[in-house]
Amino acid sequence: MSGPLTPSQTVGPFFGVGLPFEKSEQIVPAGSVGAIRIEGQVLDGNGAPVPDALLEIWQPGTGFGRARTDSEGAFSFTTVKPGPMRAPDGRTQAPHLNVTVFARGLLRQLVTRMYFPDEAEANAADPVLDLVEPARRETLMAKPCGGLLHFDVRLQGERETTFFAI
Amino acid sequence: MSEDEREPPYLYPDYVGTRLRAPAKPLVNLPAGFHDFPAPLFPRTIADLDHDLTRQHAGEPIGERIIVTGRVLDSDGRPLRHTVVEVWQANAAGRYLDQDDQHPAPLDPNFTGAGRCLTDENGEYRFITIKPGAYPWKNHRNAWRPAHIHFSLLGTEFRSRLVTQMYFPGDPLMARDPILTSIPDEAGRERLVSRFDPETTVPEWALAYRWDIVLRGRAETPFEDER
Repeated sequence: MSGPLTPSQTVGPFFGVGLPFEKSEQIVPAGSVGAIRIEGQVLDGNGAPVPDALLEIWQPGTGFGRARTDSEGAFSFTTVKPGPMRAPDGRTQAPHLNVTVFARGLLRQLVTRMYFPDEAEANAADPVLDLVEPARRETLMAKPCGGLLHFDVRLQGERETTFFAI
Repeated sequence: MSEDEREPPYLYPDYVGTRLRAPAKPLVNLPAGFHDFPAPLFPRTIADLDHDLTRQHAGEPIGERIIVTGRVLDSDGRPLRHTVVEVWQANAAGRYLDQDDQHPAPLDPNFTGAGRCLTDENGEYRFITIKPGAYPWKNHRNAWRPAHIHFSLLGTEFRSRLVTQMYFPGDPLMARDPILTSIPDEAGRERLVSRFDPETTVPEWALAYRWDIVLRGRAETPFEDER
Protein backbone atom coordinates (compact mmCIF):
# COMPACT_ATOMS: atom_id res chain seq x y z
CA MET A 1 0.00 0.00 0.00
CA SER A 2 1.34 3.40 -0.94
CA GLY A 3 1.58 6.28 1.50
CA PRO A 4 0.35 9.78 0.78
CA LEU A 5 3.00 10.91 -1.67
CA THR A 6 3.92 14.55 -1.82
CA PRO A 7 2.70 15.87 -5.18
CA SER A 8 5.03 17.47 -7.70
CA GLN A 9 5.05 21.17 -8.65
CA THR A 10 6.84 22.98 -11.44
CA VAL A 11 10.49 23.94 -11.03
CA GLY A 12 9.41 27.41 -12.23
CA PRO A 13 11.59 29.87 -14.14
CA PHE A 14 13.89 30.97 -11.30
CA PHE A 15 15.68 27.77 -10.25
CA GLY A 16 19.01 29.18 -11.50
CA VAL A 17 19.96 30.39 -8.04
CA GLY A 18 19.35 26.99 -6.47
CA LEU A 19 19.89 23.99 -8.72
CA PRO A 20 22.72 24.28 -11.25
CA PHE A 21 26.17 24.29 -9.68
CA GLU A 22 29.73 24.64 -10.91
CA LYS A 23 30.55 22.03 -13.54
CA SER A 24 27.28 20.22 -12.82
CA GLU A 25 26.97 19.55 -16.57
CA GLN A 26 30.20 17.51 -16.47
CA ILE A 27 29.41 13.97 -15.39
CA VAL A 28 33.06 13.29 -16.13
CA PRO A 29 35.60 16.12 -16.44
CA ALA A 30 35.83 17.59 -19.94
CA GLY A 31 38.98 16.32 -21.63
CA SER A 32 39.18 13.06 -19.67
CA VAL A 33 39.69 9.78 -21.48
CA GLY A 34 36.64 8.74 -23.45
CA ALA A 35 34.72 11.94 -22.67
CA ILE A 36 31.96 12.79 -25.12
CA ARG A 37 30.10 16.07 -25.39
CA ILE A 38 26.35 16.12 -25.92
CA GLU A 39 24.65 19.28 -27.12
CA GLY A 40 21.00 19.93 -27.75
CA GLN A 41 18.08 22.25 -27.52
CA VAL A 42 14.75 22.08 -25.68
CA LEU A 43 11.83 23.21 -27.83
CA ASP A 44 8.13 23.81 -27.16
CA GLY A 45 5.05 22.93 -29.21
CA ASN A 46 5.67 25.89 -31.55
CA GLY A 47 9.30 24.89 -32.03
CA ALA A 48 10.38 27.87 -29.91
CA PRO A 49 13.40 27.48 -27.60
CA VAL A 50 12.66 26.78 -23.94
CA PRO A 51 15.10 29.01 -22.04
CA ASP A 52 14.05 27.87 -18.56
CA ALA A 53 14.49 24.10 -18.58
CA LEU A 54 16.75 21.99 -16.39
CA LEU A 55 17.96 18.58 -17.50
CA GLU A 56 19.48 15.84 -15.38
CA ILE A 57 21.31 12.71 -16.38
CA TRP A 58 21.52 9.93 -13.80
CA GLN A 59 24.08 7.48 -15.11
CA PRO A 60 24.35 4.33 -12.99
CA GLY A 61 27.95 3.61 -12.09
CA THR A 62 29.23 6.87 -13.56
CA GLY A 63 27.58 9.85 -11.95
CA PHE A 64 25.15 12.72 -11.87
CA GLY A 65 24.78 15.62 -14.30
CA ARG A 66 22.63 18.71 -14.29
CA ALA A 67 22.42 21.41 -16.98
CA ARG A 68 20.10 24.34 -17.56
CA THR A 69 19.12 25.72 -20.95
CA ASP A 70 20.30 29.16 -22.05
CA SER A 71 18.33 31.90 -23.81
CA GLU A 72 18.43 29.79 -27.02
CA GLY A 73 17.09 26.73 -25.24
CA ALA A 74 20.53 25.11 -25.61
CA PHE A 75 22.21 22.78 -23.11
CA SER A 76 25.28 20.57 -23.03
CA PHE A 77 26.66 17.65 -21.02
CA THR A 78 30.03 15.92 -20.89
CA THR A 79 30.05 12.24 -20.02
CA VAL A 80 31.26 8.83 -21.15
CA LYS A 81 29.23 6.38 -23.17
CA PRO A 82 27.80 3.71 -20.89
CA GLY A 83 28.09 0.04 -21.70
CA PRO A 84 25.19 -2.27 -22.46
CA MET A 85 22.98 -2.97 -19.42
CA ARG A 86 21.03 -5.98 -18.33
CA ALA A 87 17.28 -5.32 -18.38
CA PRO A 88 15.02 -6.53 -15.53
CA ASP A 89 13.68 -9.21 -17.87
CA GLY A 90 17.19 -10.55 -18.54
CA ARG A 91 17.50 -9.08 -22.02
CA THR A 92 20.27 -6.63 -22.89
CA GLN A 93 19.62 -2.92 -23.16
CA ALA A 94 21.59 -0.89 -25.67
CA PRO A 95 23.82 1.84 -24.22
CA HIS A 96 21.64 4.81 -23.31
CA LEU A 97 21.38 7.78 -20.96
CA ASN A 98 18.38 8.45 -18.69
CA VAL A 99 17.41 12.08 -19.17
CA THR A 100 15.00 13.91 -16.87
CA VAL A 101 13.51 17.26 -17.92
CA PHE A 102 12.17 19.97 -15.59
CA ALA A 103 10.88 23.36 -16.80
CA ARG A 104 8.54 26.21 -16.12
CA GLY A 105 5.22 24.92 -17.46
CA LEU A 106 6.02 21.30 -16.57
CA LEU A 107 4.06 20.46 -13.44
CA ARG A 108 5.99 17.17 -13.22
CA GLN A 109 9.30 16.07 -14.65
CA LEU A 110 9.49 14.23 -17.95
CA VAL A 111 11.73 11.22 -18.44
CA THR A 112 13.29 10.17 -21.73
CA ARG A 113 16.32 8.24 -22.99
CA MET A 114 19.15 9.14 -25.30
CA TYR A 115 20.52 6.29 -27.43
CA PHE A 116 23.75 6.24 -29.42
CA PRO A 117 23.78 6.34 -33.24
CA ASP A 118 26.78 3.99 -33.60
CA GLU A 119 24.99 1.11 -31.88
CA ALA A 120 22.65 0.00 -34.67
CA GLU A 121 22.79 -3.66 -33.73
CA ALA A 122 22.26 -3.13 -29.98
CA ASN A 123 19.54 -0.56 -30.63
CA ALA A 124 17.68 -2.99 -32.88
CA ALA A 125 17.56 -5.50 -29.99
CA ASP A 126 16.78 -2.98 -27.23
CA PRO A 127 13.67 -3.95 -25.23
CA VAL A 128 12.66 -0.33 -24.57
CA LEU A 129 13.03 0.90 -28.14
CA ASP A 130 11.00 -2.16 -29.06
CA LEU A 131 8.05 -0.69 -27.09
CA VAL A 132 8.19 2.59 -28.99
CA GLU A 133 6.38 2.84 -32.29
CA PRO A 134 9.00 2.68 -35.08
CA ALA A 135 8.26 6.17 -36.43
CA ARG A 136 9.03 7.72 -33.03
CA ARG A 137 12.26 5.85 -32.25
CA GLU A 138 14.38 8.50 -33.98
CA THR A 139 13.29 11.00 -31.28
CA LEU A 140 15.42 8.97 -28.83
CA MET A 141 18.50 8.80 -31.05
CA ALA A 142 21.39 11.23 -30.71
CA LYS A 143 22.90 12.40 -34.00
CA PRO A 144 26.64 12.58 -34.70
CA CYS A 145 27.63 16.17 -35.33
CA GLY A 146 31.30 17.07 -35.88
CA GLY A 147 32.85 15.08 -33.03
CA LEU A 148 29.98 15.50 -30.61
CA LEU A 149 26.47 14.19 -30.26
CA HIS A 150 23.35 16.25 -30.81
CA PHE A 151 20.14 15.47 -28.92
CA ASP A 152 17.08 17.75 -29.00
CA VAL A 153 14.12 17.50 -26.64
CA ARG A 154 10.80 18.48 -28.24
CA LEU A 155 8.22 18.78 -25.50
CA GLN A 156 5.22 18.80 -27.82
CA GLY A 157 4.30 18.68 -31.49
CA GLU A 158 4.88 16.69 -34.61
CA ARG A 159 8.31 15.31 -33.74
CA GLU A 160 7.59 15.24 -30.02
CA THR A 161 10.23 13.39 -28.00
CA THR A 162 9.11 10.02 -26.68
CA PHE A 163 8.67 10.29 -22.91
CA PHE A 164 8.29 7.42 -20.48
CA ALA A 165 5.92 7.07 -17.55
CA ILE A 166 7.67 6.78 -14.21
CA MET B 1 -7.06 6.95 -6.73
CA SER B 2 -3.81 5.70 -8.22
CA GLU B 3 -0.47 7.37 -7.47
CA ASP B 4 -0.52 8.84 -10.91
CA GLU B 5 -3.96 10.41 -10.57
CA ARG B 6 -2.86 12.26 -7.46
CA GLU B 7 -0.21 14.15 -9.40
CA PRO B 8 -0.91 17.29 -11.42
CA PRO B 9 -1.54 16.58 -15.11
CA TYR B 10 0.99 17.76 -17.68
CA LEU B 11 -1.66 19.83 -19.46
CA TYR B 12 -3.51 22.21 -17.16
CA PRO B 13 -4.71 25.07 -19.38
CA ASP B 14 -5.34 27.48 -16.47
CA TYR B 15 -1.57 27.40 -16.00
CA VAL B 16 -0.78 28.94 -19.38
CA GLY B 17 2.83 27.72 -19.38
CA THR B 18 1.63 24.10 -19.74
CA ARG B 19 -0.16 24.70 -23.04
CA LEU B 20 2.85 24.50 -25.34
CA ARG B 21 5.03 22.41 -23.07
CA ALA B 22 2.83 19.47 -22.06
CA PRO B 23 3.46 16.42 -24.24
CA ALA B 24 0.46 15.74 -26.47
CA LYS B 25 1.26 12.06 -26.98
CA PRO B 26 0.75 9.50 -24.23
CA LEU B 27 3.78 8.57 -22.14
CA VAL B 28 5.17 5.12 -22.92
CA ASN B 29 4.86 2.64 -20.05
CA LEU B 30 7.84 0.45 -19.36
CA PRO B 31 7.55 -2.94 -17.67
CA ALA B 32 8.36 -3.08 -13.96
CA GLY B 33 12.00 -2.59 -13.06
CA PHE B 34 13.28 -0.50 -15.96
CA HIS B 35 13.32 2.65 -13.84
CA ASP B 36 14.55 0.94 -10.68
CA PHE B 37 18.07 2.12 -10.19
CA PRO B 38 19.67 3.89 -7.26
CA ALA B 39 20.41 7.59 -7.10
CA PRO B 40 24.01 8.36 -8.05
CA LEU B 41 26.36 10.01 -5.60
CA PHE B 42 25.43 13.70 -5.49
CA PRO B 43 28.60 15.54 -6.48
CA ARG B 44 27.72 18.90 -4.91
CA THR B 45 29.42 20.01 -1.71
CA ILE B 46 27.08 20.53 1.21
CA ALA B 47 28.70 22.67 3.88
CA ASP B 48 27.61 23.07 7.48
CA LEU B 49 26.05 26.49 6.97
CA ASP B 50 24.36 25.81 3.65
CA HIS B 51 21.07 25.24 5.49
CA ASP B 52 21.08 28.82 6.85
CA LEU B 53 19.94 31.27 4.17
CA THR B 54 20.27 34.19 6.60
CA ARG B 55 24.06 33.86 7.02
CA GLN B 56 25.40 33.89 3.48
CA HIS B 57 26.33 37.58 3.36
CA ALA B 58 27.91 40.29 5.49
CA GLY B 59 24.57 41.38 6.94
CA GLU B 60 21.25 39.74 7.65
CA PRO B 61 18.43 39.71 5.11
CA ILE B 62 15.31 41.80 5.64
CA GLY B 63 12.22 39.78 6.51
CA GLU B 64 10.51 37.55 9.00
CA ARG B 65 13.09 34.98 10.15
CA ILE B 66 11.69 31.44 10.10
CA ILE B 67 12.83 27.90 10.75
CA VAL B 68 11.54 25.28 8.31
CA THR B 69 11.83 21.66 9.38
CA GLY B 70 10.28 18.34 8.53
CA ARG B 71 10.96 14.72 7.74
CA VAL B 72 11.65 13.05 4.42
CA LEU B 73 9.93 9.66 4.30
CA ASP B 74 9.40 6.84 1.83
CA SER B 75 5.93 5.67 0.92
CA ASP B 76 6.03 3.14 3.78
CA GLY B 77 6.67 5.95 6.25
CA ARG B 78 10.34 5.13 6.82
CA PRO B 79 12.79 8.03 7.13
CA LEU B 80 15.31 8.76 4.41
CA ARG B 81 18.62 9.34 6.15
CA HIS B 82 21.36 11.61 4.78
CA THR B 83 19.31 12.45 1.72
CA VAL B 84 19.86 15.69 -0.19
CA VAL B 85 17.34 18.52 0.18
CA GLU B 86 17.81 21.65 -1.93
CA VAL B 87 15.69 24.82 -1.61
CA TRP B 88 15.40 28.15 -3.37
CA GLN B 89 13.00 31.04 -2.91
CA ALA B 90 12.15 34.71 -3.43
CA ASN B 91 13.22 37.31 -0.87
CA ALA B 92 10.83 38.96 1.61
CA ALA B 93 9.73 41.44 -1.08
CA GLY B 94 8.84 38.65 -3.52
CA ARG B 95 11.90 39.01 -5.77
CA TYR B 96 14.28 36.27 -6.92
CA LEU B 97 17.96 36.81 -7.46
CA ASP B 98 17.55 36.03 -11.17
CA GLN B 99 18.19 38.29 -14.12
CA ASP B 100 14.89 37.24 -15.69
CA ASP B 101 12.80 38.23 -12.67
CA GLN B 102 11.22 41.52 -13.74
CA HIS B 103 9.07 42.12 -10.66
CA PRO B 104 9.70 45.75 -9.59
CA ALA B 105 10.46 44.86 -5.99
CA PRO B 106 13.85 45.38 -4.35
CA LEU B 107 16.64 42.84 -4.31
CA ASP B 108 18.19 42.25 -0.91
CA PRO B 109 22.00 42.42 -0.95
CA ASN B 110 22.03 40.08 2.03
CA PHE B 111 19.86 37.37 0.52
CA THR B 112 20.66 34.89 -2.24
CA GLY B 113 17.70 32.62 -1.59
CA ALA B 114 19.25 29.18 -2.04
CA GLY B 115 20.19 26.50 0.48
CA ARG B 116 20.77 22.80 0.87
CA CYS B 117 21.26 20.20 3.55
CA LEU B 118 21.27 16.49 4.27
CA THR B 119 18.61 14.88 6.43
CA ASP B 120 19.78 13.50 9.77
CA GLU B 121 19.44 10.00 11.29
CA ASN B 122 15.68 10.50 11.66
CA GLY B 123 15.16 11.83 8.17
CA GLU B 124 14.86 15.39 9.50
CA TYR B 125 15.88 18.44 7.52
CA ARG B 126 16.20 21.97 8.91
CA PHE B 127 16.53 25.34 7.18
CA ILE B 128 16.77 28.84 8.59
CA THR B 129 15.52 31.49 6.21
CA ILE B 130 13.16 34.44 5.89
CA LYS B 131 9.54 34.11 4.85
CA PRO B 132 9.34 34.67 1.08
CA GLY B 133 6.98 37.30 -0.28
CA ALA B 134 4.14 36.74 -2.75
CA TYR B 135 4.85 38.03 -6.24
CA PRO B 136 2.93 38.76 -9.43
CA TRP B 137 3.30 36.69 -12.59
CA LYS B 138 1.77 37.13 -15.99
CA ASN B 139 -0.33 33.96 -16.15
CA HIS B 140 -3.59 35.93 -16.12
CA ARG B 141 -4.69 39.42 -15.13
CA ASN B 142 -3.55 40.24 -11.58
CA ALA B 143 -2.12 36.78 -10.98
CA TRP B 144 -0.02 36.43 -7.80
CA ARG B 145 1.87 33.40 -6.60
CA PRO B 146 1.23 32.52 -2.96
CA ALA B 147 4.37 32.63 -0.81
CA HIS B 148 6.31 29.41 -1.35
CA ILE B 149 9.68 27.73 -1.03
CA HIS B 150 10.88 25.46 -3.86
CA PHE B 151 12.17 22.04 -2.78
CA SER B 152 14.22 19.55 -4.77
CA LEU B 153 14.86 16.00 -3.49
CA LEU B 154 16.83 13.18 -5.02
CA GLY B 155 15.71 10.43 -2.68
CA THR B 156 17.15 6.96 -2.98
CA GLU B 157 16.31 5.99 -6.54
CA PHE B 158 15.36 7.32 -9.94
CA ARG B 159 11.64 7.07 -9.26
CA SER B 160 11.84 9.03 -6.02
CA ARG B 161 13.13 12.24 -7.67
CA LEU B 162 10.82 15.11 -6.68
CA VAL B 163 10.71 18.83 -7.35
CA THR B 164 7.86 20.61 -5.57
CA GLN B 165 6.87 23.70 -3.59
CA MET B 166 5.98 24.26 0.06
CA TYR B 167 3.26 26.77 0.93
CA PHE B 168 2.29 28.57 4.15
CA PRO B 169 -0.93 27.95 6.08
CA GLY B 170 -3.82 30.38 5.65
CA ASP B 171 -2.48 32.10 2.54
CA PRO B 172 -5.56 33.43 0.65
CA LEU B 173 -3.66 33.30 -2.66
CA MET B 174 -3.49 29.50 -2.64
CA ALA B 175 -7.07 28.95 -3.80
CA ARG B 176 -6.44 31.23 -6.80
CA ASP B 177 -3.12 29.73 -7.85
CA PRO B 178 -3.36 27.42 -10.88
CA ILE B 179 0.01 25.82 -10.10
CA LEU B 180 -1.33 24.59 -6.75
CA THR B 181 -4.90 23.91 -7.95
CA SER B 182 -3.51 21.74 -10.76
CA ILE B 183 -3.32 19.00 -8.12
CA PRO B 184 -6.62 17.19 -8.57
CA ASP B 185 -7.64 16.39 -4.99
CA GLU B 186 -7.84 18.63 -1.96
CA ALA B 187 -5.90 16.20 0.22
CA GLY B 188 -3.04 16.37 -2.27
CA ARG B 189 -3.03 20.16 -2.26
CA GLU B 190 -3.04 20.19 1.54
CA ARG B 191 0.04 17.99 1.54
CA LEU B 192 1.98 20.94 0.13
CA VAL B 193 0.96 23.31 2.93
CA SER B 194 3.26 23.52 5.93
CA ARG B 195 1.85 23.93 9.42
CA PHE B 196 2.79 26.52 11.98
CA ASP B 197 5.01 24.71 14.45
CA PRO B 198 5.03 26.37 17.89
CA GLU B 199 7.31 23.63 19.29
CA THR B 200 10.15 24.61 16.99
CA THR B 201 9.82 28.38 17.32
CA VAL B 202 12.65 30.09 19.20
CA PRO B 203 11.47 32.80 21.63
CA GLU B 204 12.66 36.30 20.78
CA TRP B 205 14.22 34.98 17.56
CA ALA B 206 12.19 33.00 14.97
CA LEU B 207 8.82 31.47 14.06
CA ALA B 208 8.74 27.97 12.64
CA TYR B 209 6.91 25.89 10.06
CA ARG B 210 6.89 22.14 9.69
CA TRP B 211 6.45 20.18 6.50
CA ASP B 212 6.97 16.45 5.84
CA ILE B 213 7.76 15.10 2.40
CA VAL B 214 6.88 11.60 1.17
CA LEU B 215 8.80 10.22 -1.81
CA ARG B 216 8.07 7.28 -4.10
CA GLY B 217 9.98 4.10 -3.51
CA ARG B 218 11.42 2.42 -0.45
CA ALA B 219 14.22 3.57 1.77
CA GLU B 220 16.88 0.94 2.47
CA THR B 221 16.58 0.84 6.24
CA PRO B 222 16.90 -2.80 7.27
CA PHE B 223 16.95 -1.97 11.00
CA GLU B 224 13.40 -0.77 10.93
CA ASP B 225 12.18 -3.85 9.12
CA GLU B 226 12.69 -5.79 12.35
CA ARG B 227 10.36 -3.79 14.54
